[in-house]
Amino acid sequence: MALPVAAQIDTGDTAWMLCATALVLMMTPALGLFYAGLVRSKNTLNTFMMCVAAIAVAMVTWAAVGYSLAFDGTGDLIGGLNHAGLHQVGFAPREGTTIPHLLFMAFQATFCIITVALIAGAVVERMRFGAFLVFAALWSVLVYAVLAHWAFGGGWLASNGTLDFAGGVPVEMGAGFSALAAALVVGARKDYGRQALLPHNAVYVLLGAGLLWFGWFGFNGGSGFSAGENSVLAFTNTLLTPACSLVVWFALDLVRGRRVTAIGAATAIIVGCVLITPAGGFVSPGWAMLLGAVGALPCYAVIVWRPRTRVDETLDVLAAHGIAGFTGILFIGFFAQFAWNGLSDGLVYGNAAQLGDQALAAIATPAYAFGVTYVLLRLIGLVMPLRGDEREEALGMDVVHHGEEAYATGEGAILVTPEAGVEGDVAVKPI
Amino acid sequence: MSKPEPFLVASKCRPRARLLSHALEKGEAVKLVIGIVRPEKANDVLEALYRAEVRGFSLSRVQGHGGELDRVETYRGTTVKMGLSEKVRFEIAVSDPFVQPTIDALCNGARTGEVGDGKIFVVPLERAVRIRTAEADVEAVTPVGE
Repeated sequence: MALPVAAQIDTGDTAWMLCATALVLMMTPALGLFYAGLVRSKNTLNTFMMCVAAIAVAMVTWAAVGYSLAFDGTGDLIGGLNHAGLHQVGFAPREGTTIPHLLFMAFQATFCIITVALIAGAVVERMRFGAFLVFAALWSVLVYAVLAHWAFGGGWLASNGTLDFAGGVPVEMGAGFSALAAALVVGARKDYGRQALLPHNAVYVLLGAGLLWFGWFGFNGGSGFSAGENSVLAFTNTLLTPACSLVVWFALDLVRGRRVTAIGAATAIIVGCVLITPAGGFVSPGWAMLLGAVGALPCYAVIVWRPRTRVDETLDVLAAHGIAGFTGILFIGFFAQFAWNGLSDGLVYGNAAQLGDQALAAIATPAYAFGVTYVLLRLIGLVMPLRGDEREEALGMDVVHHGEEAYATGEGAILVTPEAGVEGDVAVKPI
Repeated sequence: MSKPEPFLVASKCRPRARLLSHALEKGEAVKLVIGIVRPEKANDVLEALYRAEVRGFSLSRVQGHGGELDRVETYRGTTVKMGLSEKVRFEIAVSDPFVQPTIDALCNGARTGEVGDGKIFVVPLERAVRIRTAEADVEAVTPVGE
């Protein structure tokens, strides 16, 4: 990333980053659609709403303190509070970029939002909505902002030389291993392992995956903070890697079940996008294709193995994000190429030290994300119940927590006029 | 579960076959057992029916009201009381000796103890015919191969 000595605003870079920010924001509702299709119909809205809630909560915490802790100063473990409340975040270029500081903050905010939404996948269909809001607010600061500082904000991983183009550390491994901790603390759904809990709308899942892939061009393509070479490389690799993951996933499905599955394909798209996230601007297109093919293997294995365990990590955030992010981060250590990234070579090109730097991130990040999330949820659990009782779970989260249904017919619905109020006893009190 | 009839305990024959011949000898009738249960208990009912060796039934999703408390839902400015609840309706045609086991299976599978668990209705059947073979009544509601 060759940077101009006297940084000025570049209108081309700014124009692209405005678009990229909007693309990444769209990924969160897209994730909502993807997740909503994977759950049972009675939990559709609640699942989607956890993603919408991530926008509400994480954007506010990010503006208040998260951005500052992640991107103010170069402390080893955490940033300062000089940008708290967006203090001194204006039109001047963000240090090291050619785009306004305000836009840099907005772009990074969309990353924090989607990462919080990702973890919802581990606890859908049973976690109370209120408890999730509290968790989302605290997690976005205590885990996301810290990991973002380590990898992007000048923290110890960045200064150590770990390469992470678009968020293998804070977003993918951060979400994946936190999801595992969340699933363990919140516990399995009451029907888990007793009944077949099937996706209720595979078309939502495919459409959500498609929109996520589209948004990912902003996610990876924008992580060079310019319309320059890194961005072009990352953008193109975002096309190549998921395509290769899809091909391999098809083959694995064929071998295992003699059929190519739609939900498998949607999963492969996500896995491919996650694989290339850390490596996007650092590896050649050829190696990116290999990453998509080889990286799909461990993720597929974990997705097949996890439902046989008692861990109800419901929507496999660990496999699709944690394991894929881990693989992508390590892959850089082998195949990074100075000729393509202008920064560093990997082991294959004679720089073994890069692999060591990558391995450090691949060990430290899961440990921090899992540990802090585990303790955080245990503490929240002391103050408020994390989940409802069995009756609420049977009725469905939509009716219990939102008083709405995804597929309401209106048959038998009696209009309650505002003057009359809600009369008589009701089974589910409005919240 | 109901108490098994004595001859079933002693017999080495499969109970279903014995019950059929028993029913045929006595010229027993066929009943339709209708069970309306919570959708989330449908799987438990299916399992209980399987254990009771009741193999033939239909299942449909219905809406109804059984005296349970109403849910209040709000869509933008519109607040409504939902008077109808989602239920699953089982229709099970059985010969007389299977009526009680079927009722027991429905009760055991569907009960939560809260209002809204559902109802069971048993009605006599005028005739039952298996379309493939034109077998009638008890033979028509007895599973193939026994």
